[in-house]
Amino acid sequence: MAAIQATQPAPRHHRVAKVAGPRSPSGTASAYAVGVIIIVITVVPLLYVILGGFRTTAQINEDPAGLPSPWVWTNYKAVITSSVFWHFLLNSTVIAVIATGLAVVLGAMAAFALSRYVFKGREGLYAFFTIGLMFPLTVAALPLYLQLRRLGLLENLWGVAIPEAAFSLSITIVILRPFMRAIPGELEDAAVVDGTSRLGFFWRVLLPLSAPALTTVAVLAFVTSWNFYILPLLVFNDQIHFTLPLGVATFQSQYSVDTARVFAFTSLSMLPTLIFFVIAQRRIVGGLTGAVKG
Amino acid sequence: MSTQSRATAQSGEDLLDAADATRVGRQLGRPKGRPSWRQRLELSVLLGPAFILFVGFVILPIAVGVYYSIYKWNGFGPLKDVVGFDNYRRAFSDSVFISAIKHNLIIAGLSLLIQLPLSIAIALLINRKMRGRGFLRLVVFAPYVLSAAVTAVTWSLMLQPGGFVDSLVKNSGGGSWVHAWLGDPKIALSTIFVVATWQYMGFGIVLLLAGLQGIPGELREAAALDGATPWQTTRMVILPLLGPTIRIWIFLSMIGSLQLFDLPWIMTNGGPANATTTMATYLIDKGFRSYEFGYGSAVAVILFLFCFIFAVLYQRFALRRDTEGSLTRMAG
Repeated sequence: MAAIQATQPAPRHHRVAKVAGPRSPSGTASAYAVGVIIIVITVVPLLYVILGGFRTTAQINEDPAGLPSPWVWTNYKAVITSSVFWHFLLNSTVIAVIATGLAVVLGAMAAFALSRYVFKGREGLYAFFTIGLMFPLTVAALPLYLQLRRLGLLENLWGVAIPEAAFSLSITIVILRPFMRAIPGELEDAAVVDGTSRLGFFWRVLLPLSAPALTTVAVLAFVTSWNFYILPLLVFNDQIHFTLPLGVATFQSQYSVDTARVFAFTSLSMLPTLIFFVIAQRRIVGGLTGAVKG
Repeated sequence: MSTQSRATAQSGEDLLDAADATRVGRQLGRPKGRPSWRQRLELSVLLGPAFILFVGFVILPIAVGVYYSIYKWNGFGPLKDVVGFDNYRRAFSDSVFISAIKHNLIIAGLSLLIQLPLSIAIALLINRKMRGRGFLRLVVFAPYVLSAAVTAVTWSLMLQPGGFVDSLVKNSGGGSWVHAWLGDPKIALSTIFVVATWQYMGFGIVLLLAGLQGIPGELREAAALDGATPWQTTRMVILPLLGPTIRIWIFLSMIGSLQLFDLPWIMTNGGPANATTTMATYLIDKGFRSYEFGYGSAVAVILFLFCFIFAVLYQRFALRRDTEGSLTRMAG
C-alpha cells in the first residue's frame, strides 16, 4: 500500500482534494447534517454504556435514558479491583501477542521466499496460501476444535493463538509479497557484492525496508485476534483462560441482575480497543481498508 | 480451484519483474534445472514453518471435517457408525437449517439493498472539503474495531424491554412503536441486521471514501465542461470508476453475512423460536449442545462449500480484472 502511495504523484493528490465533489452550498450543508447524524448514531451507544457504568442499577431501571445523578464510582471500582477483569485482559494480550508474532514472523519468511526466489511451483504455492482468504475461521471452528482436542490444546492459550496465526497467514503473505517484490533487485545485488548471504540480505535490508507493511500486517493480526470470540468460546471452559470478548458475554449473563456492573465491565473492556485505535488509527484504517484492495 | 490457481500462476509469470530477471540471469551460470542444495535448504527453512502451520490448522481441519461428516458420532467414542450422506440429507431436510440458510441470505440481501446504497450515498456526500472530515472518518470507523461480542452486549443492554431504546421511542411520541426488539420472532432478525449495520457500515464508508480519493478530479471537471449535471457525472463517471471498490465491498459483505455468528449467538442465542438462527449458530449448537459431531461436521462442510464456491465464482467472474489491475499496480 505504501508502495502505491509512493508511486502517486503528489500534485495530483492536491488536485483531487481540491475538486473532489460538487461544490453546491446546499450539498455542503447536507454533508454536515449527515456527518452529525452519523456521529450521533455511532457515539450514543458507546456513551450510553460508559455513562451507565456511573449509575446504580436502580437509577437505570427507573429512567433508562437518564444521566447519572448522583455519579457513582462503585461499579467501575468493583470491576477494576476484581481480578477477573485483569485476567481476561492479560489472556487477550498474551494470545494476541503470540498470534501476531507467529503470523508476522512466519508470514514474512514465507513472503520473502515467495517474492525473491525463483523456483518451480512458486505461484502454485502462493495461490495455495491464499485459500485462507476464501473462508473465515468461523466456518472451520468445529473441525478445528476436534483437531485441537486431538493435539491436547484445549484449555490452553496456544490452542487459540496458533489457529488464529494460521488463519492470519494468508492476508499477511498477500500483503507482504508484492511489497517485498517491489524492492529493487539492485539492492540485493549490492548486498551480495558486499558479501552478504541472501538470508543476511533478508534480515539486514529487506526486513527494515518492509517495516511499514510489517506494521500493517501486525496491526491486522492483532486486532483480529483481540476481537475473536468463537474460538475462545469453544476452546476454553475454565473462566481462568477467558479472553475479554468471551468474558464480556459471560459477565453479562452472570450478573444480569446487577445491570450497572455489566455496564461498567463492558465499557472498561472497550477501553483498550478504543485507546489502541486512537493511537494507531492511521495504521488501522489504512491497513484494514488497504489490505482488502490487494 | 485448478483453473483458479492456473490463472493466478499465469498472471504471476507476467509479473516476473526486474528483480526476478537479474536473479534468473545469475542462475543461468549454473547447470540448468538444478537448484543448488543451498537454495533448497533456504527455501525449506523459510517456507516450511508457515506451510506446516497453514496445512495443520487451516487445511487439515476442513479435510478431516469432511471425513467425520460421513459418521454418526457423539464426539467421544470410536468412529464406527458410517452413515454416508445421511448427515447431508438430514441437514437439507431440517426446516431449522433451511431457515438458517434463509436468514443468512436475508442478511446478505439486506446488506446489498440497504447498507451498500446508503454507504455509497454517504461516502459521495462527505467526499468534499469539510471541517472535521478526519474526525468523522475516525468516529465512523470506531465500531468496526470493537469486538462483535462487546457490540452484542452493548446493544442487548440498550434493547432490553423498557430499556434505553424503548424509552427514546416513547419520549419522541412513538409509544406504539415500542417492540420486544429481540423477543419478537417477526423483527428479531431485522434488529440484528440494524446492529450489524451499526458495527460494519463505517468500514464500508471509509473504504468507499478511499476509492473516491483515487478518482482524479479532472474527470468531474471534464464531465461538467461537457455539460453533464452533477447527478449524471456521479452516475456515469464516478460510480463506474468506483466499481472495483464496490465489488470488494460486496465480496467482504457476503462472506461476512454467510458466517454471521457472534451477534445472534450472544444477543438471542438463535431464538426466539429459531428466528435468528444462522448456519454458524446452528452448527455450533449441534456440535456443542447436542454433541452431534458427525452431523455438525457435515453442516460445517456445507457452510465451507457455500463460502468457497461463492468466493471462487466471485473471484472468477467479478474480481479477476480488478485484482489483476491492483496486482500489477502494486508490483510496479
